[in-house]
Amino acid sequence: MGAAALPFIIFTVLWGGVGIVLPIIVPKGPNRGIIQVILMLTGVCCWLFWLCCYVAQMNPLIGPKLDKHTIMVMAKAWGNELKE
Amino acid sequence: MGSLFRSAEMTLCQLFLQSEAAYACVSELGELGLVQFRDLNPDVNVFQRKFVNEVRRCDEMERKLRYLEKEIKKDGIPMLDTGENPEAPQPREMIDLEATFEKLENELREVNQNAEALKRNFLELTELKQILRKTQVFFDEHEGGTNPTESMTRALINEDSIARQSGSVQLGFPEKNYDPEEYYPCFVAGVILRERIPAFERMLWRACRGNVFLRQAEIETPLEDPSTGDQVYKSVFIIFFQGDQLKTRVKKICEGFRATLYPCPEAPADRREMAMGVMTRIEDLNTVLGQTQDHRHRVLVAAAKNIKNWFVKVRKIKAIYHTLNLFNLDVTQKCLIAECWVPVLDLENIQLALRRGTERSGSSVPPILNRMDTPEDPPTYNHTNKFTSAFQALYDSYGIASYREMNPTPYTIITFPFLFAIMFGDFGHGALMAVFGAWMVLKEKPLAAKKSDNEIWNIFFGGRYIILLMGLFSMYTGLIYNDVFSKSVNIFGSSWKVSNLTLKYVESITTDHMLDPATDDYVQYSYPFGLDPVWQLSKNKIIFLNSFKMKLSIIIGIIHMLFGVAISYFKNVNFNNHLNIICEFIPQVIFLTFLFFYMVLLMFIKWFMYYPTNEPTEIVYGTRCAPSILITFINMVLNKRTPYEPICETSNMYAGQEGIQKFLFFAAFLCVPWMLLAKPIMINRARKAAALHNTNHNQLHSATENGDAEQPMHNNTSQTPVVTQGGGGGHDEEPMSEIYIHQGIHTIEYVLGSISHTASYLRLWALSLAHAQLSEVLWQMVLNKGLTVEGWAGGVALYIIFAIWGSLTISILVLMEGLSAFLHTLRLHWVEFCSKFYSGAGYAFQPFSFEIILESASQAKEE
Repeated sequence: MGAAALPFIIFTVLWGGVGIVLPIIVPKGPNRGIIQVILMLTGVCCWLFWLCCYVAQMNPLIGPKLDKHTIMVMAKAWGNELKE
Repeated sequence: MGSLFRSAEMTLCQLFLQSEAAYACVSELGELGLVQFRDLNPDVNVFQRKFVNEVRRCDEMERKLRYLEKEIKKDGIPMLDTGENPEAPQPREMIDLEATFEKLENELREVNQNAEALKRNFLELTELKQILRKTQVFFDEHEGGTNPTESMTRALINEDSIARQSGSVQLGFPEKNYDPEEYYPCFVAGVILRERIPAFERMLWRACRGNVFLRQAEIETPLEDPSTGDQVYKSVFIIFFQGDQLKTRVKKICEGFRATLYPCPEAPADRREMAMGVMTRIEDLNTVLGQTQDHRHRVLVAAAKNIKNWFVKVRKIKAIYHTLNLFNLDVTQKCLIAECWVPVLDLENIQLALRRGTERSGSSVPPILNRMDTPEDPPTYNHTNKFTSAFQALYDSYGIASYREMNPTPYTIITFPFLFAIMFGDFGHGALMAVFGAWMVLKEKPLAAKKSDNEIWNIFFGGRYIILLMGLFSMYTGLIYNDVFSKSVNIFGSSWKVSNLTLKYVESITTDHMLDPATDDYVQYSYPFGLDPVWQLSKNKIIFLNSFKMKLSIIIGIIHMLFGVAISYFKNVNFNNHLNIICEFIPQVIFLTFLFFYMVLLMFIKWFMYYPTNEPTEIVYGTRCAPSILITFINMVLNKRTPYEPICETSNMYAGQEGIQKFLFFAAFLCVPWMLLAKPIMINRARKAAALHNTNHNQLHSATENGDAEQPMHNNTSQTPVVTQGGGGGHDEEPMSEIYIHQGIHTIEYVLGSISHTASYLRLWALSLAHAQLSEVLWQMVLNKGLTVEGWAGGVALYIIFAIWGSLTISILVLMEGLSAFLHTLRLHWVEFCSKFYSGAGYAFQPFSFEIILESASQAKEE
């Protein structure tokens, strides 16, 4: 299982905050209902989108196919050197 | 304020207005703009209504104002637009206004007439001046060094005349005793339009058989045509000829060619004298003309100050009388009766406005506002503000919501930009769009005040909040897709490593190498936010992205549709329509959930359960044994076994899958007859019961012989329950066969729709793929070329190529792709989402409002 708890908690709290906490503290006014709906849907949509992307990559069934050049550049630029 | 979730509650009201107070009251209601009046005399011809005369007077005033405005525009005087909104004047002020406009118009017309006459005069004098000047040259030529030729012509002419004389003598028809002096050439001089000269010359030559002599000279400066005000080029000509016959002929030709002839004295001294006279007259005329123009200008400047104000006033008066024409006269002629739709929540405001109107008119009797009951459907009125109105417009152009139906707008505010962003996911393009939207939103007031009549700009400006939100969401989805102008950023450090490979091996790679997710190549946890940047570099990026984006589209689509079905529940609850909940909503939810939401669950199960492994013991959960969701789903519906490899042991993802799938499919299948038959059968039963009930009552009534008086009341009470049971569906009078047919269509639409709509959400994947590919191609084919040029030339090349890349990015990727994604999103909302709950069979509330009337009037004028 390739899930790490930290990103899951961070983003769930973030979008949960937008979708659940903020709607509760919206000030009273004629547009309160609309603002609540907007915030809740934003939270749900953005969280779901992030979740799908995260979960889809969690257990990759295939790996990236890279050519020689790309591997060399990755090794250099992303700091994981090739073995001798 | 009503909420946007449902249209405002409306009520039909009857309004009794005192004749004297009616005008003031309607004026106040027009300022308020919350009342829609109904035409109470639809069969009365427009020309026979009560206030036709007043409307006509207003039209006349408007015509005068338009005339004034045209004159003001002609002189280029700026019209003062203070933006103030004067109240509709009292009816008695109308006469003052009329008098003012009448005076102004007459004055202006007089001035214009005078000016035209003066200009004509001026033109004639200028032409005469030119003739005198030009002919002077001709005559000078004659009298100067060209004397021999002249004498020669004279000699020729003389000979000719003598010959003719003798000829006539010979023929024996002496018409008249010719005085030889008459055979000296005489001439006419005039002015003609320059472009007519060639034709004129030819005509003269042919008609007079070459016996005339034409000289012409161009007038260099253009002259103003007094009737049209155009600048025209003219030429001076002078024609020499001989004899009366030719003279009439020449004059006729001149007339035909619209040439103006002027007297031109032969003697040089006379000519000089005449020229002097003309010059002084021209000068006099110039002063007079200047004064006339000054006067006209003063009049127009004075009018320009007030003209906008007057327009507003006249339009308001006209609108009021138009509205009064819709009213009914009471038998006593003392009061006017109106019927109007008003929002229930605004009744108090309307009462207040009516009271103000009564006070203003000084009438003592207050107007009476009565609520009425009506079987008619009230109009749909959604309270929108500048933020929500654009979203509301998206649905209004699809179909106005039925009265008090669930309004999809509040949800669309987010789902629309979100679905758009799935297709348009690129941080860079999203940022461009968001910046444009934010600029329009921040500069809202100055931009709105400019009032451009550019249609495309108005569309953009009207949708500025949609554009801003679409841009912001595209930035978010762009970050998740990890696409910034088709390039990825590596913020958190990729989850894929190449450090397991040896340098030697890498050097020996000929095509490509696939990192193995089962080994240390993958750090065993995903990139925390968005797609791993390694995919952007990989050769099998599309395969991975397709699998991800297709699943994503289906997940989002099914949730979106379920959301639509859920809204239909609230709609039915609101209409108290329990029949629809039981016979439509519940089977619909079951059908969608058991088949399609189950597929979503399978996707998540697959994501969680199957992982890369090289262990032989765990091969069941490895890449090789991961089943295809699509195949599993198809086989579930077809009730077939999914084939599997022997080492995988099973094609199931979890224990008992086959049994559960059979149950789910069977349950979903049962929903079809449930949707198809339950509702018509229930209606049929209810009707039979009601009919039985009715006959029982009628028998009871006829038995008691209660008389006719109570009959109508009884009818009313017995009909109400039928209405509530039928649920406003309007099938109270429909025959049963039609109900069956409707329900059949509805069911087929839903069942087949669920499949085709689910497939339709795949456009989210398709467009997003197309967008990403296009932007990648643009980078590779254009910008990359600039980036790879070496040396100082690289700077120059990049400068040019960046301009090309930038303009292509904006025109193709942001504008065109944006438009295409917008249209697809619109379709997903209109068809896939709305078909689940939205009937859209209402009609819009069109209140009587001065604001709207003035706006449309000024727009019509600009067109």
